[in-house]
Amino acid sequence: MSSINIICLSLWTDRTKTGEKRGGMEKRIRVFLAKPGLDGHDRGVLIVGQALRDAGMEVIYSGLKQTPENLVEATLQEDVDVLGLSILSGAHMALIPRIMELLRESDAQDVTVIAGGVIPREDAEVLVAEHGVSRVFGPGTDTREIVAFIREREEQR
Amino acid sequence: MKDSPNDLYRKLLEGDRRAAARLITMVENADPQARQALEMLHRHSGGGHIVGMTGSPGSGKSTLTCRLARHYRDEDRTVGIICVDPSSPFTGGALLGDRVRMQELSGDPGVFIRSMGSRGALGGLSVATNDVINILDAFGKDVIIVETVGAGQVEIEVVKYAHTCIVVTMPGGGDEIQAIKAGILEIGDIFVVNKSDRDGAPRAVADLEMMLETKPGIDEEAWKPPVISTVALSGEGVGELADAIAAHRAFLVQSGLMEEKTVQRMKAELLEILKVRVSRAAENALDEDEVGAGLIGRMSAREIDPHSAADEIVEYLFGAPDSNPGGHQAAQVWKADNSQGRDNE
Repeated sequence: MSSINIICLSLWTDRTKTGEKRGGMEKRIRVFLAKPGLDGHDRGVLIVGQALRDAGMEVIYSGLKQTPENLVEATLQEDVDVLGLSILSGAHMALIPRIMELLRESDAQDVTVIAGGVIPREDAEVLVAEHGVSRVFGPGTDTREIVAFIREREEQR
Repeated sequence: MKDSPNDLYRKLLEGDRRAAARLITMVENADPQARQALEMLHRHSGGGHIVGMTGSPGSGKSTLTCRLARHYRDEDRTVGIICVDPSSPFTGGALLGDRVRMQELSGDPGVFIRSMGSRGALGGLSVATNDVINILDAFGKDVIIVETVGAGQVEIEVVKYAHTCIVVTMPGGGDEIQAIKAGILEIGDIFVVNKSDRDGAPRAVADLEMMLETKPGIDEEAWKPPVISTVALSGEGVGELADAIAAHRAFLVQSGLMEEKTVQRMKAELLEILKVRVSRAAENALDEDEVGAGLIGRMSAREIDPHSAADEIVEYLFGAPDSNPGGHQAAQVWKADNSQGRDNE
């Protein structure tokens, strides 16, 4: 009897987890959340991480104080769809353009880059218009908005 | 942007890490395109030493993996690391945090780290893990470390895939024994008491050694699993651990057990693939109106019992008992399983 229960359970979980199942494939959105630079605050990025996880995505977290080089290398190895940058140090105009440049050099422009933290609106506009960041989410953003944005982008692929 | 399987294969053998990363993603997503590349890669794999790292949650597996990789890099050997963390059975999502403990490795081109969600697999390993091991092996990594979900007692799957299986525990008022007593004692080729700068470490080592000595069925020629004390944070004992892994490999080669392990591994790999295929075929049959729905309806109406219904599905999938030998055998296996189950009740 117990083996039947286990089979039923695994069938059930299979159904639930393959919401994005298409033609036998089980594509899952992978997101790398990273903390470039020297700020030591990761409460916000971890909350975003939990929200994305609960939305069925695989979220990889970098830990604090990453260099742009290490971060881009990890992005390539993990083959993520989305790179999320959390910066509260004020160094975003130095770090993000460098990261975008490294991604281009590695031929990885197809990775969607989003940013969050404390980034003034005028800087955000420059990052989106001139450096290829897809979207900057400011303080107070509803996590559902981030989930919806990522889903929509991935569906367009 | 998408490369053909042939391109991926070629680039991967040239050492292109993006090709390796892409192929791993395809394997994880059960992309049929990955098959062709895996077929071609198979003959290039088999050179790496596969190390399984398992143990209770919070015992320091990731930090230890990082230190061990560092040690191998100092010896100029390349390392592949696969970190498996649990996926939620409800949403399928996962938060993979092992990289946080491996920051010092992330800039090194000789190390390839991949985080994986377990995606519903039992036993602490993702279904695709074996394919990923083979990819990193063919990619030319000298040592491949597979770190499994820190579930403690059920994650014995890793033993089927690894040449050397390391069980990590830590001192902590008797918990170390609780965490490793059931099943996991048998799978370890090497035991590590990590965080051994804490109180109770010598006791934990002594307890483990005693349990290993009293393990039944050990003869003179068998491998005697060593117990090693480490402090992963400072790197203490990591050299000893690497020596123990090398000694275990030498033992496997000399005793001829390496070939046996390889056979076991191939068998486990094949069985795993078959399980997925047969279970998918069964699932599809259940979804078909005239097969599954009809039978389930009859079961609900109490016209047929579940075991007889399963017989019909088996017949549907593999053919009638007399029509082909495979069908006959599958039906027999199911019937044998059922009668055994009844005897136990």
